[in-house]
Amino acid sequence: MPLLSVDELTVTFTARGRRDVRAVSGVSFSVDQGEVVGLVGESGCGKSVTSLALMGLLPKRGVTVGGRAEFDGTDLFGLGDAKLREMRGSQLAMIFQDPLSSLNPVVPIGVQVTEILSRHRGLKGEAARKEAAHLLDRVGIPDPRRRLKEYPHQLSGGMRQRALIAMAVACAPRLLIADEPTTALDVTIQAQILELLKELVDEEGTALLMITHDLGVVAGLCDQVNVLYAGKTVESAGRRELFASPTHPYANGLLGSIPRLDAPRGEPLRPVRGSINDQIAWADGCAFAPRCDHYTLECLQGTPELTEPRTPGHQVRCVNPVLSPVGAGDVAVIEAPHIVTGLETGLETGPETGPEAGPGTEQPAPGAVTAVAAAAPATGEPSGEAGTVPTVEPAGKPAPGADVTTAGGAAPRTVTQARDGEEPGGEPAAPSAAGEEPTEAGS
Amino acid sequence: MSLLNLDGVKVHFPLKKGVLFDRTVGHVYAVDGVTLAVEAGRTYGLVGESGCGKTTLGRAVLRLVDITDGSVVLDGTDLASLPDEEMRKMRRRVQMVFQDPLGSLDPRQNIESLLSEGMAAHGIGADREERRTRIKEILAKVGLPANALSRYPHEFSGGQRQRIGIARALVLEPDVIICDEPVSALDVSIQAQVINLLEELQESMGLTYLVIAHDLAVVRHISDVIGVMYLGSLVEEAPSDSLYAEPLHPYTKALMSAVPIPDPVVEDTRERILLTGDLPSPASPPAGCRFHTRCPWKQETKCDTERPELRDLGGGHKVACHYAAEIAAGTVRRTAGEAIEPVAATEAAV
Repeated sequence: MPLLSVDELTVTFTARGRRDVRAVSGVSFSVDQGEVVGLVGESGCGKSVTSLALMGLLPKRGVTVGGRAEFDGTDLFGLGDAKLREMRGSQLAMIFQDPLSSLNPVVPIGVQVTEILSRHRGLKGEAARKEAAHLLDRVGIPDPRRRLKEYPHQLSGGMRQRALIAMAVACAPRLLIADEPTTALDVTIQAQILELLKELVDEEGTALLMITHDLGVVAGLCDQVNVLYAGKTVESAGRRELFASPTHPYANGLLGSIPRLDAPRGEPLRPVRGSINDQIAWADGCAFAPRCDHYTLECLQGTPELTEPRTPGHQVRCVNPVLSPVGAGDVAVIEAPHIVTGLETGLETGPETGPEAGPGTEQPAPGAVTAVAAAAPATGEPSGEAGTVPTVEPAGKPAPGADVTTAGGAAPRTVTQARDGEEPGGEPAAPSAAGEEPTEAGS
Repeated sequence: MSLLNLDGVKVHFPLKKGVLFDRTVGHVYAVDGVTLAVEAGRTYGLVGESGCGKTTLGRAVLRLVDITDGSVVLDGTDLASLPDEEMRKMRRRVQMVFQDPLGSLDPRQNIESLLSEGMAAHGIGADREERRTRIKEILAKVGLPANALSRYPHEFSGGQRQRIGIARALVLEPDVIICDEPVSALDVSIQAQVINLLEELQESMGLTYLVIAHDLAVVRHISDVIGVMYLGSLVEEAPSDSLYAEPLHPYTKALMSAVPIPDPVVEDTRERILLTGDLPSPASPPAGCRFHTRCPWKQETKCDTERPELRDLGGGHKVACHYAAEIAAGTVRRTAGEAIEPVAATEAAV
């Protein structure tokens, strides 16, 4: 049984007069003793919110946390405040991204480290100071006795992060959550800190949940990797498996976006087009569909499930996974223009509303196809120009967060309408949009 | 003669103390003697960690900070000694793209106003209409919709804002564009879009870039020549490929081994050189070689007394280390510094 198992975690932010924002919409993973599990994704994918939810650090008002998180048999979300405070620091500990703002600027380092020792281990006075000095020494801070008396601003960035790690490991926690622990640091310092974390895991058997946007860090550190997009896990695999055969188009695209130090020069990068703002709600289909080169109509028919298209244990949330060899991921299986071609054939053959199980472009009712064709230029440019997708005026500004954008959201709804009603002639407002957007994109 | 030549550029910031009398108690040696040349139509990448003076150097080229000593020659004109008004006119030819795309765009100006301001100041375009046509062309080049003209910076995503920053530099038809951390504020997938854009623009418009960044992988990807800075001076300069194939300076070696590579197989098998300690303060840089306090190859003689000059070891590969040749030949052994042995390949794939 794993040390921490998170099952369908959801976090929703609500504010009066605004639409709910679902930052995390169903993330499941587990962490074993001595295991390093990575949560990877770009900003806005919900990775930090996941960690805050697990630590019970989200504000109570305006936040709804759903799903389950079991830590060694205890339900973390069912704990009372006092019990949770007891767990935090002694069983669970967290390292934050920005060490300067996570340390109290007007309190010496020593006091901040001994505080946790007296709180959880009952150490006082000289005994606590001695232990604190030992901890600073443990994380590689030279001259720890002197450093204990210093204030955070007197320490360098790397040193501050070490102090923060010292505080986190003070009570030998069984699970350490590191939220972008090296993002604010220089590479040579980052290498030192990562080495330190590795040591802690190897020597103490601490489980580590590593949250980062840097796939390079993940490659060197994590055993199991979860790639998040728009609040959901899109791919989960062992690190060698994931990097050898990234199967979700997003994971594949991310790997193609990174300039590698050891790659031959002169090859252009293969970026994922568009930005995180171009997404649709998971309820309507795959949130990544608007940016995806493997996008077909199937992508818009409800949330894709996690499947294992390659090897057991390698889970992918995609209906058209990238199964070709690595590096071929950017070759579009079905490009947007093909869908437009599909429109013509759809019109010629008349309405067909059979089961949607067919692979690739099936031919649903013309109304549906038109709507998708309208959505396509709005969400993805012609693949030759890998630019940021222009925000098209009639479609309105895409709402940040997990909300349905007007352009992307209109498509799936129309699909359902046309399918349900079996109404071939239904072209609600789509033609006007279809007429506008190509000109927008082309200008 | 290269398009842009820096010769012995120094930027020292005085440290002041006292209430009544501004006593200068010392200097921060931000840039301390940098000599480099940027060829027309090529990309020069300047890489280094925070505090090494790379940003200050970029700003010095535009004289956004005062140059203490040395010369910055653009196409035969020494910018360092130009009178202010002349310098202002020259700035059209050297433009800058900043790191923080939101912070460098006035939130109250719409895109047309932002982009036409520089054109008006430098007398490009006869009237508003002509400028607008020109701006529209540039916007199309950087991949922004034409309707962006009347919109404001907050309406754009991070990547689009950086495109606006690039467009603002481009409308003035500069000879050199200095990109100061052009992608470090962006997400990975957006980073790649902007990098590709910079490369495409260079190809189609023949631009010259001086790219300043901390990310060695990014710099290597876009640069023809790379200069590595440490504590205010260049420690190594080489064509991009030979720098990666054979880093000669100990600092470059350490820096390169610290850059994570998104490939577990590579990560597990390569050797890491971990540097101990932190960057010394640029207000009191160490004597001799600036790097000797952290250098894993530090030797008994010369290192702490004599400051090494940048010297060519063949093929345009310049390095500022007394023992570079010996280290490369293996006759000088590592004396300090933690070396992390590669993780045994036996670690089974999960």
